[in-house]
Amino acid sequence: MIRITPGAVSKPLESLKVKTGDWGAEYPVIEEEKCIGCGECEIFCPDLCIELIEAGMEKKGEKEKIIRVAKVNYEYCKGCGTCSVVCPAEAIKMELKDIYRGELK
Amino acid sequence: MKLFGSGHGACPGCGLPIAVKNVLEGVGPCFVANSTGCLEIISSQYGKSAWGVPYIHSVFENAAAVAAGIEVALKALRRTDEGPIVVFAGDGATADIGIGPLSGMFDRGHNVLYVCLDNEAYQNTGNQQSGLTPSGCYTTTTPAGKIMAGKQGQKKDMVAFALAHKLPYVATASVAFPRDIKRKAKRAIEFKGPKYIQIHSPCVTGWGLNGKQAIPVARLAVETGLYPLVEYENGELVRVKKVKERKPVEEYLKQQKRFRHLFKHPKGHEVVEELQKIADGNALKFGLDI
Repeated sequence: MIRITPGAVSKPLESLKVKTGDWGAEYPVIEEEKCIGCGECEIFCPDLCIELIEAGMEKKGEKEKIIRVAKVNYEYCKGCGTCSVVCPAEAIKMELKDIYRGELK
Repeated sequence: MKLFGSGHGACPGCGLPIAVKNVLEGVGPCFVANSTGCLEIISSQYGKSAWGVPYIHSVFENAAAVAAGIEVALKALRRTDEGPIVVFAGDGATADIGIGPLSGMFDRGHNVLYVCLDNEAYQNTGNQQSGLTPSGCYTTTTPAGKIMAGKQGQKKDMVAFALAHKLPYVATASVAFPRDIKRKAKRAIEFKGPKYIQIHSPCVTGWGLNGKQAIPVARLAVETGLYPLVEYENGELVRVKKVKERKPVEEYLKQQKRFRHLFKHPKGHEVVEELQKIADGNALKFGLDI
């Protein structure tokens, strides 16, 4: 049963229930060793599915620096490849999904 | 809570969500009015709203008028401290259909930030010509045939239109430079009165690109001088994005299906030359070259 609020008002961020992750033919793979944690992919991602997460601490003399790496939320990634184009460290590669790899019989 | 969420229905590689999320991050919590267009379709289906801020869509032409109404209502209710009012409208809603209400809103001096998302045609209905379509561009209403090579006439100068209304802040931006969008949106709301930002945003289906090409092509538009990134404060040009070694416009045109007829059509050469003249004119006018 659909309940319609007066004036057809949607609740905020209801789009999160639409999992757009199965749209694309490709998906991005991030090589964590190459990632410099600049956040360029996060700022560009049109589907807001890349986030910088803390991966550990690095000691530089006395100062401690947090290492950040990008992480993709594959539930929403549409595989547009924008992140792989804008990455200055070339740490993101696009790979074809397995279901598109099969040979035609 | 996020201001704009995942799960919206934009095509893979679309520039609109990049523009919207960076404007919202620059502005912070705000009230959004939206005209009809791609952005409305992808983000505001019933029960699938992608917005984390108060959002309203009315009809095609009146987003500026709706925003003006919100501003006056907030003033009457003494709730002006709850955030600025932002309009997101497409190029058709800005330059053609909604130009009357937009001019009225500018004229009455409402405290509204108007963001025009410029993908250079009515892409929501399948690539029809708008006032902001550049010359020589193929659309379904300006097809390339035996006589005409795409759109006749030039792209409407909406920046000059906004400046003619004596706005305190007018700027252009591009989705290829999202940090610039964020800074400009943040700067814009420091001014009182109507503000105008026009953001160049590639459309993967209408321009004939694949998702990976969208950002490089948007960057080329800036690097060729066809889409200068300028910033006016109180009517004076304050900042311009300089271009190192400006590229020929062919480089930008060749990558897109909507311009490919220019390289075969008998009149195509003239159009390319005309576009190069526009780019050179921009470079001279704004001092783009280093």
